[in-house]
Amino acid sequence: MATPPGGSSSGNWSYGPGQGQNDGSQNPNRYNFPSAPSQRRQQPYAPQGPQGPGPSPYDQPPAPRIQPVQPQRRSPEPSPAGAANNPLVRPYAMTGGRTRPRYQLAIEALVHTTAQPHQMQGQLPEHQRICNLCREIKSVAEISALLTIPLGVARILVADLAEAGLVAIHQPGGDENAGGQPDVTLLERVLSGLRKL
Amino acid sequence: MVAGGFGVGKTTFVGAVSEINPLRTEAVMTSASAGIDDLTHTGDKTTTTVAMDFGRITLDQDLILYLFGTPGQDRFWFMWDDLVRGAIGAIVLVDTRRLADCFPAVDYFENSGLPFVIALNGFDGNQPYNPDEVREALQIGPDTPIITTDARHRADAKSALITLVEHALMARLR
Repeated sequence: MATPPGGSSSGNWSYGPGQGQNDGSQNPNRYNFPSAPSQRRQQPYAPQGPQGPGPSPYDQPPAPRIQPVQPQRRSPEPSPAGAANNPLVRPYAMTGGRTRPRYQLAIEALVHTTAQPHQMQGQLPEHQRICNLCREIKSVAEISALLTIPLGVARILVADLAEAGLVAIHQPGGDENAGGQPDVTLLERVLSGLRKL
Repeated sequence: MVAGGFGVGKTTFVGAVSEINPLRTEAVMTSASAGIDDLTHTGDKTTTTVAMDFGRITLDQDLILYLFGTPGQDRFWFMWDDLVRGAIGAIVLVDTRRLADCFPAVDYFENSGLPFVIALNGFDGNQPYNPDEVREALQIGPDTPIITTDARHRADAKSALITLVEHALMARLR
């Protein structure tokens, strides 16, 4: 996967129909297994803002690039038997029980902190850790791995920070007409980069 | 994406060419896996995790390539669906002594349409079967490259990546 941090004008990708976990007819997931919470894509991440080919995402606040999605109000899932006796902190406790992010973040989406230290005061410790880590640009996958936060939780926390304007997110480039696959220019750049290694 | 059966060398491959030591991210399956995971005999275990190793290569000032080793277990397809989107392609690592282990990955990428190449990982430097034999055994079409590699060596891993991106580029231009 290649992620140009500079972002192209079509740098957002959408999760189109037919990619859902429950669509057995088109789904490569032939076994139709239930997905982890972070996989639910019922809220397509579709750029609808007026931004055309414009300045680099670095030059503008991240909020307008991202279409906020209303937090999901879900009825609590039935607790599995024995959960009450489980002494461990449940992984989604730090997200306040939310299992879906406000926006769909690619696993390789890049995150960069724009926050000043004084803005971090009063933030949750996990949010502060992410911001501290992302003073150098990091992918969502790296945040999850380096802070040992499950991937789905990391996605939610990063989305929180983006909504608060504390991080900038650069979604990977891709040709939306081709299901988000990298376009020819990007492939050529990757090939050239690999040959120079 | 780097796919293949359990123990075929996916993480080794990622580590050979990554600029960082491979990192591991975990996704938690909670009650969503009820009915799939048989938890009858595990008592209090109500969550299970699926781990995924990955590495990164900075190709240019503003271009980073991430290499994700897919979770080996077939039932974690949902993780693959996540990775396929935005992926350039996949390298399916094959241990020719356990050819059947790669069937699920080959099937998956054939169905998803993601460009892939098959890389025969020579354990102990041995390649008991040549690519033509494997092509026939796997019933792989002539368009899909089959190469030999040694996942421990950076030059081999790099060469496999170049083959994959060339193949993906050809597929896009076709």
